[in-house]
Amino acid sequence: MSNTSAVLDTPEQGFAGLETRGVHAWFGNHHALSDVSLQFPARTVTGLIGPSGCGKSTFLRLLNRMHEFIPSAAMAGEVLLHGQDIYSEDVDAAAIRLKVGMVFQKPNPFPAMTIRENVVSGLKLAHIKIENEDDLVENCLSRAGLWKEVKDRLGASGGSLSGGQQQRLCIARSLAVEPEVLLMDEPCSALDPGSTLRIEETIKELAEKITVVIVTHNMQQASRVSDYCAFFLSDGGPGVLVEADQTRKMFTNPNDNRTADYVQGKFG
Amino acid sequence: MSDVTIPQPTRPWQRKRREQVRSGATFVAMAILAFAVVLFTGFAGFDGWAIVLFMISAIVLFIKGRKLSKKERKNALIQLLIASAATLAFLPWLSIFASVAMKGLAGLRINFITSDMRTTVPDDEMNMGGALHAIVGSFMMVIIASIITLPLGILSGVYLTEIKGRFTFLVRFVIQSMSGVPSIVAGLFVFTTYVSATHGPTAFGGALALGILMLPTVARTSEEVLKLVPEELRSAGYALGARQWRTTLMVVLPTVRSGLTTVAVLGVARVIGETAPLLLTAGSSTALRFNPVNGPIASLPIYVFGLLQIGTEYAVNRAWTGALVLMIFVFGLFITARKIGGKDKR
Repeated sequence: MSNTSAVLDTPEQGFAGLETRGVHAWFGNHHALSDVSLQFPARTVTGLIGPSGCGKSTFLRLLNRMHEFIPSAAMAGEVLLHGQDIYSEDVDAAAIRLKVGMVFQKPNPFPAMTIRENVVSGLKLAHIKIENEDDLVENCLSRAGLWKEVKDRLGASGGSLSGGQQQRLCIARSLAVEPEVLLMDEPCSALDPGSTLRIEETIKELAEKITVVIVTHNMQQASRVSDYCAFFLSDGGPGVLVEADQTRKMFTNPNDNRTADYVQGKFG
Repeated sequence: MSDVTIPQPTRPWQRKRREQVRSGATFVAMAILAFAVVLFTGFAGFDGWAIVLFMISAIVLFIKGRKLSKKERKNALIQLLIASAATLAFLPWLSIFASVAMKGLAGLRINFITSDMRTTVPDDEMNMGGALHAIVGSFMMVIIASIITLPLGILSGVYLTEIKGRFTFLVRFVIQSMSGVPSIVAGLFVFTTYVSATHGPTAFGGALALGILMLPTVARTSEEVLKLVPEELRSAGYALGARQWRTTLMVVLPTVRSGLTTVAVLGVARVIGETAPLLLTAGSSTALRFNPVNGPIASLPIYVFGLLQIGTEYAVNRAWTGALVLMIFVFGLFITARKIGGKDKR
């Protein structure tokens, strides 16, 4: 039991306020994820790695209550944000998603909105007053590394951008609501190498201010962008957390042989 | 700088001009030949001509086919069959449109859309009187019906696709049964519940009857349209911390703005030509009226129906012109919808 839990030792970084304790997930009768306990250090990038079907995306979606949109989904355990369980009865799921933002695998800008409207859409959707819209739009687009490319056509449709630009627009959109944590579900899997590199730079810059959790299938990407890594694995049964540690250690000297095999590309 | 000569842009995938002219000429020749056959044989009328033309095409294809490979021959045969089937499907529409246009065009003068029938009897010459009162009445009723029905119908669509509440099955069942209600029944329903309880037929009564017929069309088509919104967009809204109704209002509905415009047009087109429900609920009138809650009001379908019943030459001519105007409106409606709908596509 205890070897599937891992608590990251990060005295110098401090604790982001997000942690999971004994989290399980089900889809109908299918037990998808078993007993995951993990803490996320503040202002770092944590990579969730593992082969397909190991439950890492499910785990990610549990962190901001997107899991519950799947009709057959169920869960157990605790997800704590600043010590409070986000699944307790008196918690408002929409308020949690404001604090824990998400970027999806496929770029999904709102097609009926312009680039500018896309950036501020989160605030409009959540009824948050905007003090200085121009500054906010420039700030978010700059942090997402898109400002220079779109500053002259903020009125164009979000769908008129290339795939990589659309994904950076989605990142800018998530940043506008000032989340404490940003979850990214394979954000580069649909993109070309150039756009991928650009988004990886963006992720590193973001980590100076917020905590990023990223699911990735790409080992090189995990080693490039993440400070910490968590390795998930399923041996036919529910996915479990095999090991979590500093990325450097995970890639050079992991505790578990299965981690070593996976990061060296022997399976997965 | 560079001495590359830029070649003339060509379109090698298009048929050569000469080929196009030749096949066009072949078709004209066949059409004339078919006409000659109709003149001198037992085949008669337009139908006879079409049948002869089809047979000649088949013979020409057979003669040409000897030079072609097996694959080309098959291709040409299937092309002929598809073209014939398409023409066959298109003919009834063309025939209706052509006969209404031919018979109605004569009466389509400026006075037809600028004056009513207050001082004109149906037998007067076509340069007197008109259908302004009927046009205004039809528009008034369709607009009132839309104001009542579009929000209700679109909300039903939202309930079925977004909220997916406990009564989804019931709502869908009611919508389906409503779309099977005969239009006269809708008229009777409004007659017993509203018209007979108030001051007799009015535009508002007519609008209620039309609304009952419009609602299932609007609800069903808006459900279909809303189903086209990708799930990722809803997820994106929720992930930004938005509540469901905000996501629906700001993300889902704007995404299908053009589709919802089509929904509105389909709904209006469904009812603008309805006659039966208006007989009991809106009545008819010869004068231009603007008050929707007082007194009977004319509409284009009732105008046509009434004049046809009178049956004299000028009355029937007026009826055809009324039908033509109605058709032009529906046509114009579809074109406007396409224009508006096409706007937010890049």
